[in-house]
Amino acid sequence: MTTARDEVLARVRAALTSGSAGSTGMSSSAGPSDDGMAADVSREYRESGEHAVGSAAALELLVDRLEDYKAEVHRVSAAEVPTAVARLTAALPSGDDVPERAESAGSGPTPGPDAIAPAADTPRGRVVAPSGLEPEWVAAMSDGGVEVVVDTPEAPLTPSDLDRTAAVVTAARVAIAETGTIVLDAGPDQGRRAISLVPDVHICVVRADQVVQTVPEAVRLLAHHPDRPLTWISGPSATSDIELNRVEGVHGPRTLHVVLVDAASHRTLTWSG
Amino acid sequence: MRIALAATCLGDAMFPQAPTAVVRLLERLGHTVVVPEQQACCGQMHVNTGYRRQAVPVIRNHVRAFGPVADGEWDAVVVPSGSCTGSIRHQQSMVLDRAGLAAEARTATAVASRTYELSELLVDALEVTDVGAWFPHRVTYHPTCHSLRMLGVGDRPLRLLRAVEGIELADLPEAEGCCGFGGTFALKNADTSAAMLADKVRNVTGTGAEFLTAGDYSCLMHIGGGLSRSSRAVRTIHLAEILASTRERPWLAESAGGAPVSESSGTMRSTPAGDASKGATR
Amino acid sequence: MTAEHTAGTSSTTTFLGMPQPADPLRWGSSFPEAARRELGNDQLRRNLGHATSTIRAKRAKVVGEVPDWEALRDAGSALKTQVMDNLPELLEELERNVTARGGVVHWARDAAEANRIVAGLVRAKGTDEVVKVKSMATQEIGLNEALEAEGIHATETDLAELIVQLADDMPSHILVPAIHRNRAEIREIFLDRMGDAPPDLTDVPRELAMAARAHLRRKFLSAKVAVSGANFGVAETGTLSVVESEGNGRMCLTLPETLITVMGIEKLIPRFTDLEVFLQLLPRSSTGERMNPYTSMWTGVTPGDGPSEFHLVLLDNGRTRVLADEVGRSALHCIRCSACLNVCPVYERVGGHAYGSVYPGPIGAILTPQLTGEPSDLPYASTLCGACYDVCPVKIDIPSILVDLRAREVESGSAGRGWGAAMKAASMVMSDGGRFRRAARLGRVGRVAGGRDGVIARLPGPGAAWTDSRDLPLPPKQTFRDWWAAHEREGADDERSGGDRPGSERPRTGRPGTDAPGTESR
Repeated sequence: MTTARDEVLARVRAALTSGSAGSTGMSSSAGPSDDGMAADVSREYRESGEHAVGSAAALELLVDRLEDYKAEVHRVSAAEVPTAVARLTAALPSGDDVPERAESAGSGPTPGPDAIAPAADTPRGRVVAPSGLEPEWVAAMSDGGVEVVVDTPEAPLTPSDLDRTAAVVTAARVAIAETGTIVLDAGPDQGRRAISLVPDVHICVVRADQVVQTVPEAVRLLAHHPDRPLTWISGPSATSDIELNRVEGVHGPRTLHVVLVDAASHRTLTWSG
Repeated sequence: MRIALAATCLGDAMFPQAPTAVVRLLERLGHTVVVPEQQACCGQMHVNTGYRRQAVPVIRNHVRAFGPVADGEWDAVVVPSGSCTGSIRHQQSMVLDRAGLAAEARTATAVASRTYELSELLVDALEVTDVGAWFPHRVTYHPTCHSLRMLGVGDRPLRLLRAVEGIELADLPEAEGCCGFGGTFALKNADTSAAMLADKVRNVTGTGAEFLTAGDYSCLMHIGGGLSRSSRAVRTIHLAEILASTRERPWLAESAGGAPVSESSGTMRSTPAGDASKGATR
Repeated sequence: MTAEHTAGTSSTTTFLGMPQPADPLRWGSSFPEAARRELGNDQLRRNLGHATSTIRAKRAKVVGEVPDWEALRDAGSALKTQVMDNLPELLEELERNVTARGGVVHWARDAAEANRIVAGLVRAKGTDEVVKVKSMATQEIGLNEALEAEGIHATETDLAELIVQLADDMPSHILVPAIHRNRAEIREIFLDRMGDAPPDLTDVPRELAMAARAHLRRKFLSAKVAVSGANFGVAETGTLSVVESEGNGRMCLTLPETLITVMGIEKLIPRFTDLEVFLQLLPRSSTGERMNPYTSMWTGVTPGDGPSEFHLVLLDNGRTRVLADEVGRSALHCIRCSACLNVCPVYERVGGHAYGSVYPGPIGAILTPQLTGEPSDLPYASTLCGACYDVCPVKIDIPSILVDLRAREVESGSAGRGWGAAMKAASMVMSDGGRFRRAARLGRVGRVAGGRDGVIARLPGPGAAWTDSRDLPLPPKQTFRDWWAAHEREGADDERSGGDRPGSERPRTGRPGTDAPGTESR
């Protein structure tokens, strides 16, 4: 008995070798090529942009795109990151960011959509951090009175645990200016995918030297470790399913803060070196 | 230039005003027009309806009729139709090739490479945009799908129209939307076609134009058929007719008195609106 | 039975849906009939008109800002051609890499086999509930219904799919399955069917989205098994990718212990870096965004991160039949962006249900008949206006394939007999100048059908399809050819000899009074 695998592959091979009689000139492919992969893929598109990695222009573009997606951008120097992260986590909203629903949800007997905000027993401002997050940032948050829960591979939080945290703070792998995209590759300072998904607020720290202009620049960087789980994030969760109107905030984090660390050190390097 | 005119089957039999106007225009510009007697049809209707086998003799006839252009006997072939030009350029050699007629397919390619839609001929080959025309009327232009997308004539027709003395051009809302003709589509999917037509008619009448022009009488026949049931008098007129019109010899007088013309284009009717208006989107 | 709108069991519902068909690729009445029905639905027309014009404008804006868009399309098209040419090798490469990374690869010849595989995997996990990411492949095979028959409930988690599922409806768009619904209808569906919708729910889109968030969150947190499709499968690395907006995809791909991905065999791309082409083409073409909110990529199983068990089901279900046709093959290049639906003047007016397939619109009109291999009237559901080809991010020449499929319909004898006879006769006439000249002159006989004002307002027989909505002009009194003959006799450009002007009678009515030269000169 032939397996489904054998049969499907046999069908594919048969389909490619049969072809329809009398080539039409409409389809130029004459069938499988020997080497296949090398053949004829024109790549006339831009493989990089005109802005250097981390340049002021690239950063401006990124900020413009992020804000267009309703992400909140905070530009800081490297020294200011701990303060910025601490300030953002200390000021966390209760998760209730639907003003028009707030009153009815609070007073009515039926839990409104907003009831999915951190459960009643959630310490206000509980934040999850990946195990490799910059210790200085974690310390600053703790000093600000925020409970920081560190998610480690040895003791991962359950989805329900994560649902009871108000926010997550991560670093990033690379950011794409033209599309306003931040990519996480599950590195130690970003953590496993679930932690940046379930909490309602995502605070993501992006360094200037991680900002490339174009998609190909980012993909080529990521291609060094293609097997890492990747999450490309372009603004907060959104839907356009109702009359094609974009609504920010569905299942993923409804608020995305991007702490963009300006390349102050570059300037330092310029005069010192 | 010696220019062979492909009148198109529709132009020859139903809308002679278009090829007639092309003759007037090109002769006025000092060119010699030739009308090969053997011509009939480009085969588009057969190909697009799926009757490829039946299209073969039609296409062979066209290629035979216009073959001399490939040998340099004429400088170009002009077609007052975007869709026929598109079929000549993108379908004929493919169909012949599939029928195993490789040599004729090559001739078809050669003929096609010297075949121009009217606005292409004027702007690209003859390098003229001001043809000295005079047409003191409010006109709106519908870019037909095949001229726009299959040929990519771009704004050539509009450049020609803008240079016409006395013309008042009105922008057509949703101009690039299909009118719903699509050859046999209008018959096979009559309801959908009528709904598309209704939207086009609404947009055309909304411009307040006296005339709707386009580079293709097939689409004009369709839109004109809808317009003639609407309450506003908008006539359809081929781009060639406007360009043929001069102060000395205004086209409307010519067509009323000297040139053959189908009578109905835009004829006002009092018939109550039919399905076309019922299908209008709001 | 025909897929007429039928009243649901709930007597108060006004959101009557398209009932689930037995075959998601072939249901309902003929296209012209279904189109006529949908055209009669004013609400649908308004919803569609609003949605498609919104998305068209968004797409045009973000595509316009990409300087190398055409080069990206060329690369996308070339890559997909390369995939088809090397499909066996690439499939084996993908299988190797997924397996090496801890995934399990399954092969399915058809829908039934794929459904059996998925049901078996779910049952083996000891659960009767799965969460689902929106996926065309699982729609195509009717997975939800097949699972239901096995006692397994699949919850659609994409907002639009949830709307469709709750309303017992069929999707009407590839990207926005509930595009035929407006906010008021969605509110009603949620209130009636969701079970836990807030009673004071309004129709503000944000509130509706929040209701869906609340409804689904508990399911996400507790689900054991998720089912997804895939936008891309990278042969070189075994990496799978899902492109989405809401985060429901991330939830499904990340939280449950087991992930089952059903992917058509054509969804491959050769190399990881080829993603750089498609991740630019897809979001701008589909939602009109520079980038969609979330894209997930995973390669087999990553210990400690996401599902501990990953199954990939590779689906044929007619794809090899499509592949066998050298012209039609490029329909398999489709990356399901749905840009062709949004620009299609036919789709815009009739909506997705008229196509009687989970693949509606222009791409559906070429994909559905090829996947099923059955006679179809879908290839005729187009004016060949070419708007679809212009926007296709991988340059599928949909109009040419439609024409090709029409030829196949004719050659297999499934086109109407009357048409065949007419086309044969026309071919005879139109393949000879002399015959055509005589026929065109005869056409003038048609003038007797005309009314008083120079038009034909009512034709008998099949011609009525024309005159139901349009007038037809009378044939002219003189053909062009006859005019030309006279013109030549008289010498070029000498009209003043009035002897040969058969068309000289003035039209009767309605012409703007500009016939006299110079009357309107300034």
